[in-house]
Amino acid sequence: MSKLSVSHLLGIKYLTDADIELIFETSSHFKEVINRPIKKVPSLRDVTIANLFFENSTRTKLSFELAQKRLSADVINFSASNSSVKKGESLIDTVNNILSMKVDMVVMRHPNPGAAMFLSKQVSASIINAGDGAHEHPTQALLDCFSIREKLREIKGKKVVIIGDILHSRVALSNIFALKKLGAEVMVCGPLTLIPKHIDSLGIRVETNLEKALQWADVANVLRVQFERMKASFFPSNREYAMQYGITKKVLEKVDKELLIMHPGPINRGVEISSDVADSENAIILDQVQNGVAVRMAILYLLASKIEQ
Amino acid sequence: MSNRLFLDTKEIQIILNRLACQLREKHQDFSNSILIGIQPRGAVLVKRLLSILEQEDHLEAIEHGFLDITFFRDDFRRSEKVLSANKNLMDVSVENKKVVLIDDVLYTGRSVRAALTAIDSYGRPSEIELLTLIDRRFSRHLPIQPDYLGRQVDAIADEKVLVHWQEEQGEDEVYIINKTNE
Repeated sequence: MSKLSVSHLLGIKYLTDADIELIFETSSHFKEVINRPIKKVPSLRDVTIANLFFENSTRTKLSFELAQKRLSADVINFSASNSSVKKGESLIDTVNNILSMKVDMVVMRHPNPGAAMFLSKQVSASIINAGDGAHEHPTQALLDCFSIREKLREIKGKKVVIIGDILHSRVALSNIFALKKLGAEVMVCGPLTLIPKHIDSLGIRVETNLEKALQWADVANVLRVQFERMKASFFPSNREYAMQYGITKKVLEKVDKELLIMHPGPINRGVEISSDVADSENAIILDQVQNGVAVRMAILYLLASKIEQ
Repeated sequence: MSNRLFLDTKEIQIILNRLACQLREKHQDFSNSILIGIQPRGAVLVKRLLSILEQEDHLEAIEHGFLDITFFRDDFRRSEKVLSANKNLMDVSVENKKVVLIDDVLYTGRSVRAALTAIDSYGRPSEIELLTLIDRRFSRHLPIQPDYLGRQVDAIADEKVLVHWQEEQGEDEVYIINKTNE
């Protein structure tokens, strides 16, 4: 079996096609493991992992922690809100202090783009990027693609539209990189204020009309409107956003085709997606969450096998 | 040193028939027993034994599973290669059942130990036995011995015992291979 070409998971753009294939193959084995009566395996029992969250997270943090525990790793958790970062300690100092406690891997979420890359050059541990600002969120993209592949059998040639707040979204960027690598056609759709300039230079389509976008697509990945990152007014009101870009049953009926609906969570019900769609059969939001644990187990497993003894 | 043929097709057939008989003697109609093959190579052996039991003794629908032990192995991060998993097909509960673990070659005993741990995920068996086609004696790292045994062999550490199956390599044969010649 081949190894990953990288020692850290910093972003999708640093992975090769073979790496992604290897991660998917390993993920499907772990998906079987987490559906066993006893879901724990001892693979990482001599590995210590620190989860450093300098930004809020529920799903990703829980998912990583569960993946680590399912692999029998020792886990320490750290969140910036109740730490010395508040007292003015620098990132490197914080991490070096944690590493001196003999930690092998670091899972980090940080508000600054490039934080994971920066850290990987400074410290010896294996770094996994769990989101760095509006840059990348590689594990989310991998689990999204894994979920699409599971439902549609393959990704090559499929049409995926990413809808909503592209500007503030690391999920969008990582998804674009991953989907393009795997041979999908990608479109982004949303109000122009929430679509970054020059995004078409990534080789993707841009569409502002939701109905047209849905008509084109096989998969709709609906993003959360990230109110907390919005320092200006990007659209007049939530209601207006929901009217134009909200995925509702009514819109889907108009389009009248089988669409796979995805959402990385957390959902703003009634804004970017309505409850009847989020809870419908076509929505694979909860499958994504389950696959998230399997994919993260695979990434931890594959990266741990590259750590020097 | 060239590859040495240790068992030919006919000898293997005789051994398999004997092992099936021994299983039959102990487990009778297999109503409370499960055969579990360690993936990948123990699975073939399980299928062979099942087909003999079906043909000779008309025992059909014996419960069985194929267990992948990759994530339970103790040499993760100690070997050069990434340990890659095989398909795990364990659609059975081993709770209170008599389990027969089945593998082609018993060498250090570490795979069997991993399998013993892995089986825990599927319940608490009332007992576990071990069946192997080949036992490389004097090379155990752990106190593990087979209950049913095809043939014992004395092979040195530089040698590898390779079981060929008709389904996979076209011929039932067991070779002893000098690893330095590989």
